[in-house]
Amino acid sequence: MTTITTLSVLVQNNPGVLARIAGLFARRGFNIESLSVGPTEREDTSRMTIVAVTPDEAALEQITKQLNKLIEVIKITEMEKGKTVRRELVLVKVRADATNRTEILALVDTFRAKVVDVASDALVIEVTGKYGKVRAFLDLIAPYGIKELVQSGLVAVSRGSKAMTDKQKSDKPAS
Amino acid sequence: MSTAMTGAQALVRTLEELGVEHAFGIPGGTILPFFDPLFDSSIRHILVRHEQGAAHAAEGYAMATGRVGVCVATSGPGSTNLVTGLADAYMDSVPVVAITGQVTSTFIGTDAFQEADIRGITFPITKHSFLVKRPEDIAAAVVKAFHIASTGRPGPVLVDVAKDALQGTTEWTWPIQIDLPGYKPTISPHFRQVREAATMIAAAKKPVLFIGGGIVKSRAAQAVADVIDKAPMPVVTTLMARGCFPDSHPLNFGMPGMHGTVAAVGALQKADLIVAVGVRFDDRVTGVLSSFAQNAKVIHCDVDPAEIGKNKAVDLPIVGDARLMLTDLAHHLSEMDLPAWNEWVGYLQGLEKKYPTWAGDPDDDILQPQEVIRRIGEIAGPDTIFVTGVGQHQMWSAHFLPHEKPYQWLTSGGAGTMGYCVPATMGAKVGAPDKVVWGIDGDGCFQMTNQELTTCALNNIPIKIAVINNQVLGMVRQWQTLFYNERYSNTELFTDRLPDFVKLAEAMGCAALRASTWEEVDGVINKAMEINDRPVVVEFIVHKDAMVWPMVPAGTSNDDIKYARDMAPTWEDDEL
Repeated sequence: MTTITTLSVLVQNNPGVLARIAGLFARRGFNIESLSVGPTEREDTSRMTIVAVTPDEAALEQITKQLNKLIEVIKITEMEKGKTVRRELVLVKVRADATNRTEILALVDTFRAKVVDVASDALVIEVTGKYGKVRAFLDLIAPYGIKELVQSGLVAVSRGSKAMTDKQKSDKPAS
Repeated sequence: MSTAMTGAQALVRTLEELGVEHAFGIPGGTILPFFDPLFDSSIRHILVRHEQGAAHAAEGYAMATGRVGVCVATSGPGSTNLVTGLADAYMDSVPVVAITGQVTSTFIGTDAFQEADIRGITFPITKHSFLVKRPEDIAAAVVKAFHIASTGRPGPVLVDVAKDALQGTTEWTWPIQIDLPGYKPTISPHFRQVREAATMIAAAKKPVLFIGGGIVKSRAAQAVADVIDKAPMPVVTTLMARGCFPDSHPLNFGMPGMHGTVAAVGALQKADLIVAVGVRFDDRVTGVLSSFAQNAKVIHCDVDPAEIGKNKAVDLPIVGDARLMLTDLAHHLSEMDLPAWNEWVGYLQGLEKKYPTWAGDPDDDILQPQEVIRRIGEIAGPDTIFVTGVGQHQMWSAHFLPHEKPYQWLTSGGAGTMGYCVPATMGAKVGAPDKVVWGIDGDGCFQMTNQELTTCALNNIPIKIAVINNQVLGMVRQWQTLFYNERYSNTELFTDRLPDFVKLAEAMGCAALRASTWEEVDGVINKAMEINDRPVVVEFIVHKDAMVWPMVPAGTSNDDIKYARDMAPTWEDDEL
């Protein structure tokens, strides 16, 4: 049974680190559903959120261990279900004219999405949320005609006050 | 200490401070600024004839000395020629630092002359790599590279330096503090895990200690002996660990795997406990994984946590250095009441006696390669450093050389790199000039990298190379014989016609000898032993149909091992 796991990976913000991680996934035959990367509260550190698809626990363990072997990887955390806030962002350009614009705006309102651009025959809608919410919105909007869709990778952060960057130096197992 | 100097001077100075005494390489446009201060340095740079030779020489040097080997190349093709050697070092965890020139930083990405993204190319085959664009970053990158290459699980590290970084000026300071927040190898094994290992050994009826290349890297051979002294259980050694436990010891059952001994394969297959230290359960050892050692519990100790559970499920994982772990284990075992494993040892000794490793047909007029290699080993003796290429001669060398002492056996295991032998032999001799260093090579392998014999002749590196000439790519031909209906597609090398190895060796400044009859064998080996003022090449014309036995055919179970063609052992006494 395949499982989907969200990993937060803290890395040194060096040139080439993304290529190294992407290359590792390709070389070892690991499947990733999405990968997003950006700066953190520390200038020298970037954080990646990787959504990995694995056939079993052993495969996930290999991904984590192989990532940990990369010198520039500082820390890896598996984001626990129920203790994590997860968001993705979608910008979708949907066909909309005077006849159905009101209907669509009602959906936008229900999902607490946002219209960020209006043309005579189209709307650009921004929707953020968990995977399920975003999927549900897109399913409802699809019949109107999606002209263009662009999506960020998932980002995730743990609930509560503890930060991933706390005590980062001591808890990387080894390589 | 702080001094103004060029990046190139800083690089040379840093290498000197790190204790580098030898390097192997070839200059070129972008690395040229480095070669200028190197000219005045205490570092002896050996100008090789091909960069692949530089990388393998660095490996041979590292394996013979236990220190980091250094190779140097220019940008573009110079650096890409290092790739095979770096891949080899990565697979066998050899500490090597490669220093490459890169085009001027502002030209990077423009497809400049002799530009290649060597850092990108080597991502998957290096432990880590650096691209340095500023002179002030050179020293720290080199210090980090040496630290990473030589600690934890060792491996190759590449430092790619842009030409303008070498030419620019910087304030060089020493010593340098480095910070690698993401690199903290676990060296000390967990106390409770090791104690649990001792408990499991005490409870086992059929334990086996299975040791690999990690024993070489952590210099743990004495600790292995200590464990066996306290707990006399059977030992098997991977190809990489030959010599880490003496073959003459009655509890050493040799090498397991595709061409392992029946007794060693049997030891793993029939064990109820495998104590694996510094091994990676490579497919050449396990055969079909699902049928490998099905009844055994597994204790697996490795300094690289990613190896534990990668191939074989583990009952007791121990992350840490092999020497520390085995030393602790011997201590725990000394305080325990251990069972006698006489019946189990007796069973394996029975297999060993009944199914000795096939050593060729002694009545044949044509030289048998197994016997030739055995004689080289006997005459050269157990203090010799032996290096091999890859193929049949490598397997025979693993079986028939005297593997009595540790850290004297150099072979390309994981990568299986033909062409490793001559340059690695050169590197080993540079690192251990007082040792006799014999390379046992095949006629196929030898033709890939023999130009380094010129390097050896010019630089007073008197190595000895045996070319086991069977006129074919022997291991491939063996598979064609067994699995491709004896259709010998592209495995005939015609080395009985060309090249003339004796003339070739002489042209490169070597003494050259040839033996094609039994009467000549001892004579040429003895003569080669006497020549120490230049490299020696000895060609042995051997039987082209000799095969390596035993063999577990690829894709089959270890239980289906054959000790000779169509001859399978019977695993009687199964009910131990």
